[in-house]
Amino acid sequence: MVTPEQQAVAAAAEAAAGDLPRPDADAIWRVLATVPDPEVPVVSVVELGMIRAIGWEGDEPATLVVRVTPTYSGCPATEAIAEDIRAALGRLGVARVRVDIVLAPAWTTDWIGEAAREKLRAFGIAPPAAARIDVSGISPLRQPADAVACPRCGSTSTVRVSQFGSTPCKAQYRCRGCREPFDYFKPH
Amino acid sequence: MTVERELFDYLLRLADSPLILAQRLGEWVGKAPAIEEDVALTNVGLDLLGQARLWFGHAGDVERRAGGPGRDEDQLAFLRDTREFRNLLLVEQPNGNFADTLARQFLFDRWHFLVLRALTASRDARIGEIAAKAVKEVAYHRQRSADWVIRLGDGTELSHTRMQAAIDRLWTFTGEMFAVDAVELALIDAGIAADVRALEAPWRDEVATVLGEATLAVPASTHMQGRGGRGGKQGHHGEAFGHLLAEMQFLQRAYPGARW
Repeated sequence: MVTPEQQAVAAAAEAAAGDLPRPDADAIWRVLATVPDPEVPVVSVVELGMIRAIGWEGDEPATLVVRVTPTYSGCPATEAIAEDIRAALGRLGVARVRVDIVLAPAWTTDWIGEAAREKLRAFGIAPPAAARIDVSGISPLRQPADAVACPRCGSTSTVRVSQFGSTPCKAQYRCRGCREPFDYFKPH
Repeated sequence: MTVERELFDYLLRLADSPLILAQRLGEWVGKAPAIEEDVALTNVGLDLLGQARLWFGHAGDVERRAGGPGRDEDQLAFLRDTREFRNLLLVEQPNGNFADTLARQFLFDRWHFLVLRALTASRDARIGEIAAKAVKEVAYHRQRSADWVIRLGDGTELSHTRMQAAIDRLWTFTGEMFAVDAVELALIDAGIAADVRALEAPWRDEVATVLGEATLAVPASTHMQGRGGRGGKQGHHGEAFGHLLAEMQFLQRAYPGARW
């Protein structure tokens, strides 16, 4: 089986063999799309919206700058992700890589696409509700827990057990239908 | 007018409160009343630690810009002594029982959210960026701590009594959250710092509403610690603080420069 990464490496090698001195942007994005989130490995850092931009900097041999935004301030995976990005690009033949961590605009679950949401659900994590958390005004003191469908059986009869789950970005829920506990990726 | 010296001090205030509260929350690991709460307390601590690291990074840059040593996050967290810390007295208070911990969290979260939201409009762009990220995290913290104040306050006779005692005991440390000194006044004038004086009324409204729903009384006492410019923000801390630092800083003090 040929993995997407192998395809990307082959495409990049082809590009490098011709006149182009560096892999094109598509090849780079395809390789970045193979870097999984260390804590939710079913989706890539590209699908989570963590890669904000790529670009070349300086004269040949130029440096590839990858702009990455962390999901949460305290996410311990950020450093591991930077290492994984460097390793993946290294396999593509890009030796000079700089990973810049950017904070603005602040990461939001709105950047997680529909396909990635389905992957999360298939993995047993309920994807985030459509609306991100509202910090514009004084929100109601007590907010009802989001109505979340169980990723296993689809029942909407679920109950929030805790606002925080296995990572800060997830809440713990329990399904009243199938009785199974599950994680909910909180809107952010 | 240059405000670099004040800005460095202010960034330590922004960093030290979440750092010290994260350290306190970490003390709960393996001891919370339920596994879900164990996980939640430390997840909140993880958010706060991440925020502290961002503030320390900015503080080090400002210190370097001002011709200082430009200390990194580890030097700032592990190699300063008691009087150099700028955290609020509230966050250094010992964990006590579960109600004490959640009351402390509730009083802080309501303040923290308002301050961060105000800071998103700071004229210091980096402060605005960090605040815009942190405020979303704190929005979840404040929901959770208010939920617990209500659950315990409007719970059993024992949980009600303990939560009321916790609020009463911690109340004296809430005054300094809204007190300004020369450092903050200079930065408020420059459009950089949040004017906490303007946040006291909304904070009191929110706190009174939650306590009301929790069937708890707003404490009548007006005696406030550290309000006269000699509180945690100026480096004056309580007895428990030295013990906290002794544990937090032990490794770097005993093995200077140790790394993973």
